[in-house]
Amino acid sequence: MLEIRDLDAAYGDIRVLSGVTLSVGAGEIVALLGPNGAGKSTLLNAVAGLLRPRAGSIRFDGHDLAAVSPHLIVEHGLALVPEGRRLFGGMTVEDNLELGAFAPRARATQAAGLERVFALFPDLRDRRRQLVRALSGGQQQMVAVGRALMTNPRLLMLDEPSLGIAPRLVRSIMESLAEINRSGVAVFLVEQNVQAALGLAHRGYVLESGRVARHGSAAELLGDPHVRRAYLGPLAVRE
Amino acid sequence: MSVLAQQLLLGLLLGGLYGLAAAGLSLVFGVLKVLDVAHGELIMLGGYMAFFVVALLGIDPFASLLLVLPLSLLLGLTLYWGLFGFVVRADEETRVKNSLLIGFGLALALHALAVQLWTADERSIVTPYGGAVLSVGGLSIPVVRLVSLALAFALIGGLHLLLARWRWGKAIRATAEDWQAALLTGIDVRRAYLLAFAIGTALAGAAGTLVTIGYSVSPSIGLEWTLKALIVVVLAGLGSMIGTFVGGLLLGVAEAASAAAFGGPYREVVGLVIFVVVLVVRPRGLFGR
Repeated sequence: MLEIRDLDAAYGDIRVLSGVTLSVGAGEIVALLGPNGAGKSTLLNAVAGLLRPRAGSIRFDGHDLAAVSPHLIVEHGLALVPEGRRLFGGMTVEDNLELGAFAPRARATQAAGLERVFALFPDLRDRRRQLVRALSGGQQQMVAVGRALMTNPRLLMLDEPSLGIAPRLVRSIMESLAEINRSGVAVFLVEQNVQAALGLAHRGYVLESGRVARHGSAAELLGDPHVRRAYLGPLAVRE
Repeated sequence: MSVLAQQLLLGLLLGGLYGLAAAGLSLVFGVLKVLDVAHGELIMLGGYMAFFVVALLGIDPFASLLLVLPLSLLLGLTLYWGLFGFVVRADEETRVKNSLLIGFGLALALHALAVQLWTADERSIVTPYGGAVLSVGGLSIPVVRLVSLALAFALIGGLHLLLARWRWGKAIRATAEDWQAALLTGIDVRRAYLLAFAIGTALAGAAGTLVTIGYSVSPSIGLEWTLKALIVVVLAGLGSMIGTFVGGLLLGVAEAASAAAFGGPYREVVGLVIFVVVLVVRPRGLFGR
């Protein structure tokens, strides 16, 4: 579904990604792990069209995304929940969700999309007229996931959805991602919370200094001594 | 006492036009992050459009808005395609710098063009009811300026509804808040820029029309109106058109009060003092987000 080959990306002179090759198949949940500054967000931003890669290719269902205008990428069925949520804080929950269905393909299914989001996050239904900036971090994350779902994606990418959210809510967000996946949407997840991410994902990639350092099934990565030492901490090693 | 009240009232009536003039500038700056210092010249062009529409067609001066608004909208589209559309391709810091250069250049060019075409003379539109005055509790309210204030308020209200309800209005607000997030939801950000700039120019045209009816127009009024609009934008802050209008009213009243207290020459000073004080005390403005 998503095929990334030999991707190079840079901010100005600073090279962030070098020769990254990875893929996400239809219906899969794939985790992208790695330390801060490894280039995880850059990778997602490049796929979503916010950043033009230096070299390499990003293909989605055979379409070369480099040739697609950024605002049209959602029309191909690819949505990003960006780091820090990036909601429209001065607007209501409902306005934010409706803007998710701005593109023609999503607009055709806007009413059904809204029901789907409210079924997934019942809290939002009662708060639909509230300003987003008045909500808690967890509720805002629900709006962010909801806004991306409104685009009616076949692949949902999330950049650190657990960041700044109470641990109890992290589990509920992960559960809703599993539910979204069961409805046939592939999930590509960047996450610092490695335990939670590999608990959810089928496969994972570890990105270090802009290169893929490890990849394998979630179970393989959880059992990998390097991954355990670097990302799960000494407690996990002793277990 | 009644003299002071009369002056404050006239200040309020003028302030409505400040608010209308500022609304367009605020919209363009808030959405495109482009500071269009030629905004006053667009107001001036709107004034001449109204003058010639009334002179050639002989219609009621206020009815000229029906032509000036779409003409200004077209002017805005043209200026965006020809000039400002290139500015928004840069990052935000470069945008402000480049827009200042382009804006000043455009202001000079439009000023020179207006002098060439229409001479430097002051012109105003004479209305059959120009001298009509409403007397309320010892105050004389010039009917023309009262109607102007009401129209300015109606235009701001219409703009507010447009941004609150219209699909593209919401897209424009989303783009103003976070253009990258707007891209992610499938909004064509360039089109939101184009629409915001065209609407901003149409508002400038409307302001110019009302200025020419209630006061006068000449090629050199641009800078003064840019300055007033800029003060109001800083005073009110970005994000609320109603807030911008109220900011305009406040500036009008404050100017009148200082003219009454310290004499006419100090009229302009108070606006600049407010400008500096707001920047120091509350940089995001009275109603800004």
